[in-house]
Amino acid sequence: MAKIIGGLTSSHIPAIAGAIAKGIGEEPYWKPFFDGYPPVRDWLAEVQPDVAVVIYNDHGLNFFLDKQPTFAIGAAAEYRNEDEGWGIPRIAPFKGAPEFSWHLIERLVADEFDLMTCQEMAVDHGFTVPMQLFWPDYDALGIRTVPLAINTVQHPLPSPARCYKLGLSLGRAIESYPEDLKVVVLGTGGLSHQLDGRRAGFINKDFDRLCMEKIVDDPEYFTGMSIHELVREAGAQGAEFIIWLAMRGALTGRVTALHSNYHIPISNTAAGLLCLENAA
Amino acid sequence: MTAPDMTTDEPIPGTVMFDGAQAMKGYALNKLCYSFNRKENREAFLADKEAYMARYGLNEQQKQAVRDMVVLDMIEAGGNIYYLAKLAGIYGLNVQDVGAQQTGVTVEAFKEKLLRAGD
Repeated sequence: MAKIIGGLTSSHIPAIAGAIAKGIGEEPYWKPFFDGYPPVRDWLAEVQPDVAVVIYNDHGLNFFLDKQPTFAIGAAAEYRNEDEGWGIPRIAPFKGAPEFSWHLIERLVADEFDLMTCQEMAVDHGFTVPMQLFWPDYDALGIRTVPLAINTVQHPLPSPARCYKLGLSLGRAIESYPEDLKVVVLGTGGLSHQLDGRRAGFINKDFDRLCMEKIVDDPEYFTGMSIHELVREAGAQGAEFIIWLAMRGALTGRVTALHSNYHIPISNTAAGLLCLENAA
Repeated sequence: MTAPDMTTDEPIPGTVMFDGAQAMKGYALNKLCYSFNRKENREAFLADKEAYMARYGLNEQQKQAVRDMVVLDMIEAGGNIYYLAKLAGIYGLNVQDVGAQQTGVTVEAFKEKLLRAGD
C-alpha cells in the first residue's frame, strides 16, 4: 500500500527561481533562506519518496477568471512550466503519475470533494519553485508528481477548515492506493505577505511563528478561523496558509518536525520551511 | 500573542478583497493582463497600447489607470494583483517597486520596512 512518509512546506516566491537560475544563493540576501534546504534534501535522499503530491495555488498561468476552480487536480503524464509573463527561466518538465491521480480523484469525489480534473495543466511558480528547492535534480531523479491547486486568487476562498478536511480526505485517498509508493505531500506558499493595496508590505512575524509551531501539533487551532481573519493576520496573499493546512491534514500518523527555517524577507514575503515526518 | 478574534468581519485597512464584485468590475483589465503570458501579446501591447486596450474592452477608468501605471487605481478599477503583476513586469517593475508605489515611499524605504519586519 502507498504510505505518506512526510509533509513539506515552502514559500514559492518567483524571485527564488531567478536566484536559482543566477546561482546567487550564497549572497548575503539569499543565504539565510537557501541554507534551510540542504538538511531537508538530505532527509529526502535518505527516505527516497516515489511521488510528491504538490498542493499549491495557481497565480494566473493555467487558470484565468473565466474558469476559476476552488480545487483542481492534475491527471497528466507530464506537467510543464510556461511563460508567466515576466521571465521566470524555463525549466525541465515534471513527470506525472496519472493512474495514481485517478485513484485520488475517485476517492476524493467519493468523499464529497468534487475537484476539477485536468489532463493538461501548466504549473506555475507555486509548484515549480518548491520542487526545485527540494529536488534540484528532479529531472534526473524522475520523481513523479500530482499537482493539486487551491484557489487563493478570487474570493470566496475555501475556509481553513475546508482545506484541512480536504487534506484529511487526501491522506486517506493516498494510503488506500494498492501500490507500494512512498509519498510526500507538499504545501506551498506563505507565510505572511501582502502585495496589493496601501497595506502592501505587511508582514506578521508573531502570527507566522504561531503557524510554524501550531501546524505541527495542533493544526485544528486554525480551523475556527475565517478567511477574513486569516487575511487580517497573514496579509492578503498570506491566506495561502490554507494550503499548508491542506498538507497537514494529509499527515495521518505521528507528526514530528525534523527541520524548520523562517526568514524575513524574501521579496515581500516572510519565508517559511518545514519538514514534517509522518510516522505510523 | 493572544488567539485571533475569529468573529469580526470589519474591513481590513488598505486591503481590497478580490471578490465577485471586483471580479466582475475588473474582468476586462485582468483579461488583458492575463494575455501577457504570451510574448507576442506583450509586444503587441507595447507597440500600440491604446489599440490593445480597446481590443480587450477596457473602460475609461481602467485605460487611464494603465496609461498612468498607477497600481492603486488599477485595483480600484477591479484589477487583481496576480494579473497586474504581469503588466508591471512589462515595465520592469517587481513586487517591491509595486509595493513602494502603492504605499507612497521610495523602493529603498519599502525594502527597509520589509527588513525591519524581521527584527
